[in-house]
Amino acid sequence: MAKKISILIVDDEQSVRDSLYNWFIEDGYDVECSENALKALGLLESTQFDIILADIKMPGMDGLEMLKRIKALKKDSIIIMMTAFATVDTAVQALKDGAFDYVTKPFDPDDLSHLIRNAAKQVLLTEENEILREKVISLENVEDLIGKSEAMQKVLKDIESVSQSNASVIITGESGTGKELVARAIHANSPRKFFPMVSVHCGALSESLLESELFGHEKGAFTGAVYNRKGRFEMADNGTIFLDEIATISTKMQVELLRVLETKSFVRVGGHKEISSDFRVICATNRDLKTMVDNGLFREDLYYRLNVVNIYVPPLRERIDDIPLLVEYFIKKYCLSMNRPLMTIDASALKKLEEFPFPGNIRELENMIERAIVVGNGKRITMKDLPLGKEKKLPAFESLDDLERNHIQQILDKYSWNISASAKALKVDRVTLYNKIRKYDLKAPK
Amino acid sequence: MRDKPENITLISFGYFEKEILEMIVKDIEHEFQLPVKMREGHLDLSVFFDANRKQYDGNRLLGEIDNKFSSDHAKTLGLFSVDLFIPILTYIFGQAFLNGRSGIASLHRLKNERYGIKGDKGVLIARFRKEVIHELGHMFGLIHCTNPVCVMRSSTYVEDIDQKNHHFCPSCRSGLDGLNMAD
Repeated sequence: MAKKISILIVDDEQSVRDSLYNWFIEDGYDVECSENALKALGLLESTQFDIILADIKMPGMDGLEMLKRIKALKKDSIIIMMTAFATVDTAVQALKDGAFDYVTKPFDPDDLSHLIRNAAKQVLLTEENEILREKVISLENVEDLIGKSEAMQKVLKDIESVSQSNASVIITGESGTGKELVARAIHANSPRKFFPMVSVHCGALSESLLESELFGHEKGAFTGAVYNRKGRFEMADNGTIFLDEIATISTKMQVELLRVLETKSFVRVGGHKEISSDFRVICATNRDLKTMVDNGLFREDLYYRLNVVNIYVPPLRERIDDIPLLVEYFIKKYCLSMNRPLMTIDASALKKLEEFPFPGNIRELENMIERAIVVGNGKRITMKDLPLGKEKKLPAFESLDDLERNHIQQILDKYSWNISASAKALKVDRVTLYNKIRKYDLKAPK
Repeated sequence: MRDKPENITLISFGYFEKEILEMIVKDIEHEFQLPVKMREGHLDLSVFFDANRKQYDGNRLLGEIDNKFSSDHAKTLGLFSVDLFIPILTYIFGQAFLNGRSGIASLHRLKNERYGIKGDKGVLIARFRKEVIHELGHMFGLIHCTNPVCVMRSSTYVEDIDQKNHHFCPSCRSGLDGLNMAD
């Protein structure tokens, strides 16, 4: 149902108050009247009005003074000034002081209707904007950071303590632990939240591409640069820049990055003009930067510039207690997005998940649950919906040689070391099989 | 809930063609399902004349109707043929107390001649019928309606009046039946 707009009429003339009152009440507005500015200000302390219509010329405090006082209290109030004695000066002054409009009495009935309709539209737009803004904030909130475990509580506490500052942050943790979510949570809770958080995945870009991506480029700077383009630092003005996989950037880029972080200014590729940008930098890496510094792979000065605050995001195996919560969260998330009724999970399946090592961390768990919802019966996630068995049977070896060795061993065992049968099964000749047995030093069981 | 009024009383002030009044009574009775009483009233309108604006003060006229001609048992509408204004507006076709017992309506700005067009009695009667039913609607508690053809649609020009019809839309009709017409 549409919101009912409330109007306060402030005029010392009873007939004007009555006329406006009757006019607006017939249009379905909530209307109240006040015969002077002081009374109106008193009323405004206890009641909120969407639109205020005030006469300029009133005994005691005049309408312009009242306008200033209301604006000082509530900047976005919609106030329409009325006068029977219009002068350019008062009109200009009223609008300068923040009046929504300025009208001369008497009005044409249609003008009054339009005026109030426009003001009401503005009120509704402002409210809608507020609601949407809240929604955006809640979307970017820390709600994706699930966890009651001690390790996760520490992360949340760290986020809370660094959010309000401008300090550079390095987020460390294994791949798939949710480092970008932590960065988003820091941004969403910082005073920069109404400005963008710009993410750059440094590992995905070559040196020259990264340079153009970060600093922008001028038209003609290189082949393909057909337009001027803003860089990510410029886009992150007043906001946050998130540099993921910071450990992968080249030595040259490390030097350039250090300079930008220190001066907060840079020049676009192919440009001459110095551009300033006010951004906060948050980095993430799954590597040990300190060791890289010790090994001369990462600049020490840049490391210390970035590492004002370090937040370590624990891998899932260090926060097993959070698995049930995460599972519940992902089930809800994917059932909703797939428009399916909310599913549950078997206790035995959940127990298996808690025992699983999750080398891919939360990302792996999330994908597992998404898959289970897709392939499952639509009611309950069971063991057979989870690819846990296969994952667990992954061999401990990694090289092809190890794989080959293991496979040959298995076939030989299967055929009781009958070389001809094994060679046939492996689709190689006997000489090749002998060579492999020698190569891998395979021995028949005694 | 208010009591159902005994009737609707239309009091004409000044000269009105009998035909105009007779033509609207039946429709008003039909819309409100109440008997309509017609009578002539006498007022010295010069008292309500504003020399600066050369118009008649609608607020004061409405007050006069309410004080001297209305009763709690009926809805009373004063009918005029003079140009009405209220202090904040350049003109009005009529006005009424929302959910009250009194209202006023004028023929003056409903005439084609006022806009330099040839007079048309049929059009004038149609407009007046809508304006009277509209003001009575307010007196029965209805506010302006957004339905473009509902009689309770707000009209600031005669063209707006011409676009709507003299019936209530289903929503206003149910509001009227539910709120004000209960026995």
